Amino acid sequence: MSTEASGSGGASTATPPMIKAASVDKYFGDLHVLKNIDIEVPRGQVVVVLGPSGSGKSTLCRAINRLEPVDSGTIEVDGEPLPAEGKALAALRADVGMVFQQFNLFAHKSIVENVTLGPVKVRKVSQSEARTTAMELLERVGIADQADKYPAQLSGGQQQRAAIARALAMKPKVMLFDEPTSALDPEMVQEVLDTMTSLADEGMTMVVVTHEMGFARRAAHRVLFMADGEVVEDSTPGDFFSDPKTDRAKDFLGKILTH
Amino acid sequence: MFDFLTEYDVLGAFWVTVQLTVYSAIGSLIWGTILAGMRVSPVPVMRAFGTAYVNTVRNIPLTLIIIAMSLGLYQTLNVALAGDTITTTNFRLAILGFVLYTSTFVCESLRSGINTVPVGQAEAARALGLGFGQVLRMIVLPQAFRSVIGPLTSVLIALTKNTTVASTIGVAEASLLMSEMIENESDVIGLVFMTFAMGFVILTLPVGLLLGRVAKKAAVKR
Ligand SMILES: Nc1ncnc2c1ncn2[C@@H]1O[C@H](COP(=O)(O)OP(=O)(O)O)[C@@H](O)[C@H]1O
Ligand SMILES: [Mg+2]
Repeated sequence: MSTEASGSGGASTATPPMIKAASVDKYFGDLHVLKNIDIEVPRGQVVVVLGPSGSGKSTLCRAINRLEPVDSGTIEVDGEPLPAEGKALAALRADVGMVFQQFNLFAHKSIVENVTLGPVKVRKVSQSEARTTAMELLERVGIADQADKYPAQLSGGQQQRAAIARALAMKPKVMLFDEPTSALDPEMVQEVLDTMTSLADEGMTMVVVTHEMGFARRAAHRVLFMADGEVVEDSTPGDFFSDPKTDRAKDFLGKILTH
Repeated sequence: MFDFLTEYDVLGAFWVTVQLTVYSAIGSLIWGTILAGMRVSPVPVMRAFGTAYVNTVRNIPLTLIIIAMSLGLYQTLNVALAGDTITTTNFRLAILGFVLYTSTFVCESLRSGINTVPVGQAEAARALGLGFGQVLRMIVLPQAFRSVIGPLTSVLIALTKNTTVASTIGVAEASLLMSEMIENESDVIGLVFMTFAMGFVILTLPVGLLLGRVAKKAAVKR
């Protein structure tokens, strides 16, 4: 019987949270964009991050896979502190899927090539196996028939679904979405949200920055409301929408829900 | 009228020009790409080296560089680049000089091409777990090359014409033969000029046409 299983030593055997940020601060020059952020996201949780423009939502998202290094504090993914730049960081990023507002598909590669690149070059999966998996994923997001086209030939909604398939092809432990529907024409928002909802239903750990309140209500387990670089509210969607605690959140909801 | 040509090896001289151009072009593309990689690298020392190199070498007259290869490298430091005769040594030194010089223009063209590739794509690639070198090689450079085929064509055409500078260190390329013929055939100077001017046009025109076609094809494919 090891001591780890009992009492104070128990932390090492308990499953760590998927994401843990402790006392994280980030500055852009003099601008303090993340202020003492403390959050833990357990595995399987779907967190929606809300907040006005410029409140630090994207920066928080990007800090989680170190696309944006932070100035102090620690960030851990699945119990591992983020490594400094280099091979170890690349390995961690491979486990963290990211979906961007602007899709960011590789313009000179076909859709299926976009999806197979990571598995082949990073995971060292064979080309044929990667292709099989890619086609399954494209099927799942509903664009298998577009596999051999180039990104510019697809609609925004299709491109974003391809970007989600590209991220999923790495078999990530967690998925980050930074305003995935904000660059889409209104009629294409739903198809992307549906893809995300089914991912949430399958138990994926997700951090989603979005202004889609419907998605937040339906799919999220938890809402973080940010303002001026701080997490101002941390609650369930039900509580947040029906009973926001702070004036800033009330003000934000008032603006969002009235138009 | 063109009888005088039979006494000279004009084709042979142009063949040397072609060789100078092809070897220098290959070397410049490789070294220029490496320089461009340095200039966008996250490592400050590399960026500083790339910037200093380009800004220095680009501003030195080519003639000086070629003479420096011969005087400095060979005659002072005895770097012969494994050439066993003075002819092959000078030929190789000239190529080295052209590569050192032309690569700065390749680098700057490429760098403007790199700037046309949206940063988001590089970020997405990094987010997949690709390293800096992989992102550059697989995502950024292929797109950068496509967008600068036009400017690179100009660089290669300029290189073809610049190879005439190799005559200053005695490489027997086309313009050296031309100078010789001008002295010996002073009665047909006009024809001599025309012959060599045509020769260069014949060399450079296909380059432009070929790369123009490549550019068109690359533009369609995305
Ligand atoms: N690369 C950057 N350099 C300087 N300031 C930045 C940079 N990225 C974001 N910012 C600033 O940091 C703040 C937070 O930005 P961001 O995280 O993008 O907010 P949000 O996603 O909530 O709109 C903003 O004031 C923004 O202008
Ligand atoms: Mg943002």
